Amino acid sequence: MSPTESNLPDAAALLTVRGLRKAFGRHEVLKSIDMDVRRGEVVTLIGPSGSGKTTVLRCLNGLEVPDGGIVEFASDLTVDFSLPVPKKQLSAMRDRSAMVFQHYNLFPHKTALENVIEGPVQVQKRPKAEAIEEARELLARVGLADKEASYPFELSGGQQQRVGIVRALALRPQLLLFDEPTSALDPELVGDVLSVIKELADEGWTMVVVTHELAFAREVADEVIFMADGVVVERGHPDTVLRDPREERTRQFVDRLLNPF
Amino acid sequence: MTINWDLVWGSLGPILTGAITGTIPVALASFGLGLLLALLVALMRLSRNPALSAIARMYISVIRGTPLLVQLFVIFYGLPSIGITISPWPSAIIAFSLNVGGYAAEVIRAAILSVPKGQWEAGHTIGMSRRQSLVRIILPQAARVSVPPLSNTFISLVKDTSLASLILVTELFRQAQQVAAFSQEFMLLYLEAAVVYWTICLVLASGQSVLEKRLDRYVAH
Repeated sequence: MSPTESNLPDAAALLTVRGLRKAFGRHEVLKSIDMDVRRGEVVTLIGPSGSGKTTVLRCLNGLEVPDGGIVEFASDLTVDFSLPVPKKQLSAMRDRSAMVFQHYNLFPHKTALENVIEGPVQVQKRPKAEAIEEARELLARVGLADKEASYPFELSGGQQQRVGIVRALALRPQLLLFDEPTSALDPELVGDVLSVIKELADEGWTMVVVTHELAFAREVADEVIFMADGVVVERGHPDTVLRDPREERTRQFVDRLLNPF
Repeated sequence: MTINWDLVWGSLGPILTGAITGTIPVALASFGLGLLLALLVALMRLSRNPALSAIARMYISVIRGTPLLVQLFVIFYGLPSIGITISPWPSAIIAFSLNVGGYAAEVIRAAILSVPKGQWEAGHTIGMSRRQSLVRIILPQAARVSVPPLSNTFISLVKDTSLASLILVTELFRQAQQVAAFSQEFMLLYLEAAVVYWTICLVLASGQSVLEKRLDRYVAH
């Protein structure tokens, strides 16, 4: 936490996104997205597939380089994508957040524990013993204390995703990004993963979650952003956006998720 | 036809000596150097830099499009005419390394591409540079995939080293030829050489299965 924080208009602002744009070829996936995330806040992105919500996360984590817009972390890192961005600044931005992937993307040739300590030890150069100790604590917290020596193929989808979450946590990022963390899971395993994410939210982790789980969004999110065709259609408190949306498109989308038949 | 067993046992000495001091070290050195070269060429071929990729493509095309014997002769008999004289051993190792480099580059490239893109992304999100992801995440997984085809390359190489006999390297086949010329027992000596090559390759094949089992320990069966 920087001491200059209190001088800011919004002392708790962690992430400010303005006019974020991204096109793949001629297809504009993001057409000027604005977003504000305050410390400890949970923002969920919902919307039909192809709406660009995953691309927002990927841009924040540097997996895609936006074509324009500004991403600002706290008061000490501003990246302006309308100019050529130096590699160093991109990595600095990337290091603020950690991504949890829809398909977990665990390293199959490493055990659960090795997956978790890879970043802290190899990238952040933290002492290995300390990283292992922390990884064990984190694995225990998500109910995987006895799985540290298991390879990903020996774990269920829900267990793999919990390792994925722990791998992100171990990096000690300022922001956690979840890209449809439960979409690839069997229905009976979804709850375990969502309750882990909810616990993290309760502990004060700041996160942006792309999800189709409206019940989760309603219970955990501070703000819900509904996107379609690369724009933000509606945003607000989950009670408003999910129960009583202003926009017709939001209403249609929410209705379809709640009543698929 | 009666088998002259005395000749069989008597010639085994020079033939095995040729294998141990010629065939095997030439094959090992060429395979090692060739793999390093192949990795470099594969990475160039995958590079976003069009010049690097074109050079790699050209190299692979030339190596695969010309006979190994011709490559060997160009290096040993051809280069002296432009003032570069290389003795038999290094000539053989250079030619075989270049050859392995061309073939194995395509194997390694395919193996790297077989690793899902999500693995690069996971490396990125934990803060790795592309190089770090390549070394710690991608190559170990690519290695598993490339063991069977690279074993093929290695086994072919062991047999191809017999061509070095034509540039005067004292290896297995040259020893067999010399005994055959002296004794006039061509059938016997060449079959004996064949059996020794086969034995070496059997050992390599069993090495391959050990390696495959080791690298398969993290894959569901």
